[in-house]
Amino acid sequence: MTLEIIGISALGLFLFGYIIIASIDFGAGFFNAFSTVTGKQHILTKIIQRYLSPVWEVTNVFLVFFFVGMVGFFPKTAYYFGTTLLVPASIALILLAIRGAYYAFTTYGGLKHKRYTILYGLTGLFIPASLSSVLSISEGGFVKIENSAPVLDYWALFTSPLSWSIVVLSLTAVLYISAVFLTWYAHHAKDEEATNLLRKYALSWAGPAIITAAGIIFEMRTHNPEHYQRLLDLWWLFGLSVVFFAGTVFFIWKRRSYGLAFWLLVGQFALAFLAYGASHYPYLLYPYLTLYDSFTNQSMAIALIVAFIAGLGLLLPSLYLLLKLFLFNKEYVQGNRNDEHA
Amino acid sequence: MGNEEAVFFSRVLTELTLSFHIIYATIGVGIPLMIMIAQWVGIKKQDEHYILLARRWTRGFVITVAVGVVTGTAIGLQLSLLWPNFMQLAGNVIALPLFMETFAFFFEAIFLGIYIYTWDRFENQKKHLLLLIPVALGASFSAVFITIVNAFMNAPRGFDVVNGQLVDVSPILAMFNPAMPTKVAHVVVTAYMTSAFVLAAIGAFRLLRGSNSTYHKKALFLTMKLGFIFSAATALLGDFSGKYLAEYQPEKLAAAEWHFETGKGAPLVLYGVLDNGEVKYALKIPYALSILAHEVPSAEVIGLDQFPKDEVPPLYIHYLFDTMVTIGMWMTMLSFVYILGIWRHWRFVLSRWFGWLIVLGGPLSILAIEAGWWLDEVGRQPWVLRGILRTEHAATTSGQVDLMLVLFAGLYLVLGVGSVVVLWRMFRKNTVEQELADRASEKAGDIF
Repeated sequence: MTLEIIGISALGLFLFGYIIIASIDFGAGFFNAFSTVTGKQHILTKIIQRYLSPVWEVTNVFLVFFFVGMVGFFPKTAYYFGTTLLVPASIALILLAIRGAYYAFTTYGGLKHKRYTILYGLTGLFIPASLSSVLSISEGGFVKIENSAPVLDYWALFTSPLSWSIVVLSLTAVLYISAVFLTWYAHHAKDEEATNLLRKYALSWAGPAIITAAGIIFEMRTHNPEHYQRLLDLWWLFGLSVVFFAGTVFFIWKRRSYGLAFWLLVGQFALAFLAYGASHYPYLLYPYLTLYDSFTNQSMAIALIVAFIAGLGLLLPSLYLLLKLFLFNKEYVQGNRNDEHA
Repeated sequence: MGNEEAVFFSRVLTELTLSFHIIYATIGVGIPLMIMIAQWVGIKKQDEHYILLARRWTRGFVITVAVGVVTGTAIGLQLSLLWPNFMQLAGNVIALPLFMETFAFFFEAIFLGIYIYTWDRFENQKKHLLLLIPVALGASFSAVFITIVNAFMNAPRGFDVVNGQLVDVSPILAMFNPAMPTKVAHVVVTAYMTSAFVLAAIGAFRLLRGSNSTYHKKALFLTMKLGFIFSAATALLGDFSGKYLAEYQPEKLAAAEWHFETGKGAPLVLYGVLDNGEVKYALKIPYALSILAHEVPSAEVIGLDQFPKDEVPPLYIHYLFDTMVTIGMWMTMLSFVYILGIWRHWRFVLSRWFGWLIVLGGPLSILAIEAGWWLDEVGRQPWVLRGILRTEHAATTSGQVDLMLVLFAGLYLVLGVGSVVVLWRMFRKNTVEQELADRASEKAGDIF
């Protein structure tokens, strides 16, 4: 295994972690807002609040970790993506900032208002939409080199069927992942009413999620034939992913093994993510930038990998403790324990 | 937009983000330590007041840390968005501490989540206090790692440039550059100092507003003591910083001190104004600059005459230096007089005017932090990486920076106003007196 592959795998791991955790978070915010509007707040708010409260800050760190690690392992990406992403990344940053800060303001500061709940829910849709533009841009065709500097072609980006398919997929995936997880969580909390409602959401978003995912492969055929061909070569990974998807839907439908259903969903996305990443290889930005010509020097790469392993040694036990105390703590999840914040 | 404009707006946006972020970041680094000390004193003395102090500070801290986290995320990404050329170069040499910072931050975030939700979980209060240690460590180490990156910008080491190519990169040498020891110590200690004085200002304010609780008196005395310790340490570190600058960044020291001509036995220029290149109305302390720079009154200090005109930082940094140093000295004295006054039963330290001086100390300390960072950043100009990369060559070529500046300015306004309003409401609704009474009755057993 080369240093380049180790580097991109470490980053991929955290990006995938962010996709799952942030999807749960974004979707939870949206469902909470949606239930407020439709007058079903009494069913969902409690369960969603109890999940989100101790973990909200952790979600953000996954993202920071990803982009800092990216610049560390592949410094040239700072130049190419930094220059072209100014507007979409700034918009995502502003939305993330408002979302994060107002979460704390309402949860700990007692700032309660329907307006904030709805705003919070909507940012959960706009953030994945703007972040997903990075994926579209990396497919090539939207960046031109003018005066030896990369420039983003906004018109091409906004009129491209591929970029819109990716936006739609990001939304359906967020809602589907979140609904499946929360169904499990609500069931875990023995909250029958919330489980039923969330189960309904999970089933209704399953179809759109898989259809939009397939749509992207279709769009890729005309947009980036090279990538499309490599995607097809990995058909068996996608096939396995679809099997996992069917498993999730089956268990949710049959109202049993919600935990297994969620882990199958993680498997489904992990396989698809892996297949997408592997077929993207060796490009980071079609056709200008590959893993190899953007990679850092050897001594930095080794230092980063050592730091990464040492850091994981510190983080994994801490994350385990967090999960044990809250996510998998029956007393806490069921609300029997009166764990008020400070 | 021409590239000069892109450079200009990138600088303004970075300055705005950092100036806003540093308020919350400084508090975020210092307050966990203050909470830890208060909770520890509370457990040791079995004093409910200190425990409640720790608890109420934690509540406020959660709000400030949220703004610190999101603005920190913003500056982290803005470095690449606004300074892509700089990050491409710096990423090769100084990415290690940036990467380690995210781990420190991760560690802090996880344990903060646990700490704030487990106030009532443990029979043994000490176990709960243990959870705070990773929070305080994570917060302080975040500051350490980020400051290392800044130190590198002032004294880039750990690589060679041969034919425009980076060679012989050593991430460890880059981290332990000459600027690192003084800068890291200065940033961390002043964060503790500022946090202590901000908390002292709150206590003093409550006392002035008629709350006569011993709770606030204890809070005030504790924070003033801590503030004094850290401000005295800062003065000592300031001396080391002077010696570092004289050795490695003489142009920054000379510009900050308006020291134009190289010479022996240099005086320290305090205050004054610059009029057509003439220093007027200044206070000159003979030999003090030579002592600050080299410990010897007769030592030679390099002046601005030794540098080409286009490598001299803007001379207005002298005012920033004056602001920072004056506030630092003032706060050291104020806290010293207060502590002495309490021990010696001097009545005037309990008077209203003295109380207002302590209240004023909160915002003044924040102002000193701002002045210090502006001094550091402007004093490094025209370089972003001293001697290697000029600021004007580091910026983005993107044409939309001005629009982004407007958007982010709006964001900081919303966050600034929001955090102040929320903090204000939080503590006004739930007064100390009310909470102490509640806790007393809870202990007595009549919960409902």
